[in-house]
Amino acid sequence: MSGWIDTFFDSYWGPTGLRTLGGLVAVLLPAGALVYIYLFKLMSFVQSRIGPMEAGPQGSLQLLAEVGKAFQKEDIFPRKADKIVFALAPFVVLMSTFLLVLVVPFGPDAWFVNLDTGIYFALAVSSVSVIGILMAGWASASKYSLLGGLRAAGQLIAYELPLVLAVMGVVIQAGTLNMQDIVLAQAEGEIFGWGGIGNPFILTQFVGFAIFLIAMQAELTQPPFDMPVAESELVSGYMTEYSGVRFLLFFIGEFATAGVFAMIASVLFLGGWWVPGIDPDSNLFNIVGPAVMFGKVLFVTLLIFWFRFTYPRFREDQLQRLCWKFLIPISLLNIVVTGVLKVVF
Amino acid sequence: MSEFLRSYLVVAIFGGVGVLLVGVFLSIARIFRPNRPTPQKLENYESGVDPSGDMWSQSNIRYYVFALLFVLFDVEAVFIFPWASRLEALGLFGLVEMAIFVFILLLGLVYAWRKGMLKWV
Repeated sequence: MSGWIDTFFDSYWGPTGLRTLGGLVAVLLPAGALVYIYLFKLMSFVQSRIGPMEAGPQGSLQLLAEVGKAFQKEDIFPRKADKIVFALAPFVVLMSTFLLVLVVPFGPDAWFVNLDTGIYFALAVSSVSVIGILMAGWASASKYSLLGGLRAAGQLIAYELPLVLAVMGVVIQAGTLNMQDIVLAQAEGEIFGWGGIGNPFILTQFVGFAIFLIAMQAELTQPPFDMPVAESELVSGYMTEYSGVRFLLFFIGEFATAGVFAMIASVLFLGGWWVPGIDPDSNLFNIVGPAVMFGKVLFVTLLIFWFRFTYPRFREDQLQRLCWKFLIPISLLNIVVTGVLKVVF
Repeated sequence: MSEFLRSYLVVAIFGGVGVLLVGVFLSIARIFRPNRPTPQKLENYESGVDPSGDMWSQSNIRYYVFALLFVLFDVEAVFIFPWASRLEALGLFGLVEMAIFVFILLLGLVYAWRKGMLKWV
């Protein structure tokens, strides 16, 4: 019997099964943590109120209560809606999140798949969610949904450019597209010959990091970039006609994607699973790596949610102006300057 | 199967897991949720009043120019990625080449800007 198990875990399927389970944890755990810590607790603190306190100690079971509530809601398809496309939209959105988490490394050997084109793959699949959102907005056959879907499409494609161009600075410095090698490049990097803390690219690519954070905020449609779901204008944008568990799936998708984007940001700019002072080849990182990543994810998302709770919503034309007239020229300059410095030094 | 294809099999598996998760959520909800449709429930939501006109409304897509520009810059990004990862080997030659390329693209952006394409139309 044990021989059967051993051969299973030595074959392709054992590690792959473990990785799939790990992927589920890596998507759902940060999503839940972000909703509880930031959306429930920090948001209440920022707005001078207590927030949920009844369900469990300090309201920690509120998340379960919310999920349970969504499961009991009736599943309503609008009479005029394009039923097939309407039903498929949440599948596309969640699938894009799962494809995105795929390339994130959590330790020297703890990765899901070690693609040579890692970051390129991530940027490519991150735009799949646009299709899901457009499907949801169009198929609902509702005016609010249509406007929300179109706004979302305009915003997501516009802000994908600064996102991609900001990554380019990191790729130039690391000289690779592989996520694992980007972490190692930061661990073994030196700043003008001094490698005491390696070279987390936030130090040399701080312009890129700032652009990446702003573009990420817009890609996640978090305020101040939340016009696609602006509740005072469009009810709930492309999600208006979704009810119950289908709405919950969009909600999970939003926060899971926030977590995964924060993972990618911490791999690119904060050194990923590595912390200064320990040899990056050490087996220790296979165990503490995920925890280190989780800490860095909480830091990056703290920045995102802090902005979310602090700033009022942009106007639609201000959003496009910020992207095309400010972020894209700056990020192109950032590429050129990084390239010159790389060749000169 | 080669190592390369195997790693992309994981990609397919993860996409499948995403689809499966949605399916599992929807099937669990099927046990708990009621199903009592009324004509009013199935109407579209328009802030509580009776919806006006046909549900399939038309809207002005104001971003089609942005979409064109996006395609342009995204193709550019595809070209810059291989250059960026091999810059050390290419050295000064690669740098000058890419500076010219980026300059031409910036020129395109400036042209669209001057034409007023980046304004709210």
